Amino acid sequence: MTVLTEPFHYAFMQRAFVAALAVGLLCSTMGTYVILRKLSFIGDGIAHASFAGIVIAYLRGANFYIGAGVVAVFTAVGIGFVHRRGRISLDTTIGVLFTGMFALGVFLMSQQRSYAVDLQSFLFGDILSVQPQDLWLILALSVVVAAAVVVLFRGLLYTTFDPIVAQASGIAAPAYEYTLLVMLALTIVVALQAVGIVLVAALLVTPAAAAYQLTSRFAPMMALAALLGAVSTVGGLYLSYYVRASSGATIVLLATLLFFGAIGVKYLRRVSVRVP
Amino acid sequence: MHADKNKDAVVARDLVVRYEDFTALVGATLRVHYGEALGIVGPNGSGKSTLLKTIAGLLLPSSGELRVLGSQPRKLPPGTIAYVPQVEAVDWSFPATVWDVVSMGRFARLRFWQPFGEHDRHMVRHALELVNMTALAGRHIARLSGGQQQRAFVARAIAQEPQLLLLDEPTTGVDAATEEALRQIVRELVGNGLPVLMATHDLDRVDEWFDRLLVLDRRVLALGTPREVVESGAYSAIREHTHTHGHLRHDHEPHAAHAAHPEIKT
Repeated sequence: MTVLTEPFHYAFMQRAFVAALAVGLLCSTMGTYVILRKLSFIGDGIAHASFAGIVIAYLRGANFYIGAGVVAVFTAVGIGFVHRRGRISLDTTIGVLFTGMFALGVFLMSQQRSYAVDLQSFLFGDILSVQPQDLWLILALSVVVAAAVVVLFRGLLYTTFDPIVAQASGIAAPAYEYTLLVMLALTIVVALQAVGIVLVAALLVTPAAAAYQLTSRFAPMMALAALLGAVSTVGGLYLSYYVRASSGATIVLLATLLFFGAIGVKYLRRVSVRVP
Repeated sequence: MHADKNKDAVVARDLVVRYEDFTALVGATLRVHYGEALGIVGPNGSGKSTLLKTIAGLLLPSSGELRVLGSQPRKLPPGTIAYVPQVEAVDWSFPATVWDVVSMGRFARLRFWQPFGEHDRHMVRHALELVNMTALAGRHIARLSGGQQQRAFVARAIAQEPQLLLLDEPTTGVDAATEEALRQIVRELVGNGLPVLMATHDLDRVDEWFDRLLVLDRRVLALGTPREVVESGAYSAIREHTHTHGHLRHDHEPHAAHAAHPEIKT
């Protein structure tokens, strides 16, 4: 029995589990909007662009989260603006801007003589190194985003399904879109330390995509996505302790397994419906 | 229910609407009263949707005057205008049932802190009954026929309790029974004092649908009762050049109607 509870004995593991739970719930809840509004490329883009902010913050001795947060929010609002104006293709904008921002981050980092291990950890995630102050920030941002989801629930739902009719009825669709993008940016910043830039997109997409296979209404999809996200992050972290593998990679692999499991369940359901 | 029938619900004067370098609407002037159904007919690309979207506040006119219920469209209280676009505009695989979609009609009327209450549920049930969709309330929207999808959209607009209803070709692709049901719903709403503007490709039975008819081809060609419009000749010019899908015909020689309406290109 003690073997199974062993991971929970260490303070750094306890912090990691709390952080994993928060990140799992948050990313997959936001993932519901990412899937339904087709924002996955945007999420990936924001995560990559944040890298430049992280490096600049690091070089100036500022907090990682502040650097990533400022860049992430500005990029998200910039995307929203380009998307609304619609003169340049959104795909093109994201593709050009974000690879550029990412390259700027790598460029600045490579100029440093003392090669920074901490920056590496932001690429691939290092949830085991979450400090108490990081944990508080993660929890605070999680509460802010979760509160926004609750308060703006109806407006976000309507503008996700049918933004034009929602706007005609007097709901400020553009304001909801910008707010959602800022919430997405904050979520990505929170998730960065847990699973890293490379894998954050997976956590934003995979649990919600799995939930999408199994549900036919919005609120149940969001609830199931949150559950699958939390199982992925907490379960993945737990497994990674025993298999001595990268926690970020284990989390994403578990989420991917759950996704294929969901497809399997959907298929079995169809078969069982067909056979009388 | 609404202010007296002689008051104007919509007033547009010399309305010009542009997309980038294309002028979709050239100096449109019209009035719509309370308790009146105005039909908008014209070929594809004639600005029917543009006019509806502008009145809904989705597009801004580049010049001219527009007053909707005595105000600019965007300054009206939430829930005032209900707009029903053409069916194909949404993602039908979205996780929502018919009930969920019709419920959205109530959202503009609720403040952040207000729960979805008994009156809201009552209005959703009422709207579902009107379009005869009560039995389908729990069905996923992807499993509806074209006519049922259109009725769900109309139900959402009714559940909103709007003071102005804008319909963009709601009869396109629906069966005859649905079309007749929609017509009766529109007439009932209009009878209760609601102003209704509706774009349509369907040039038959316009006199049974509408109190007045607007013939549009980027500019207003005619505006009056269906009888007046028919007698003016503008209607037959449109009708002559529009086959069932609303495209302009290119397969015949010019004749007298062309001379009367040089703005209609063949």
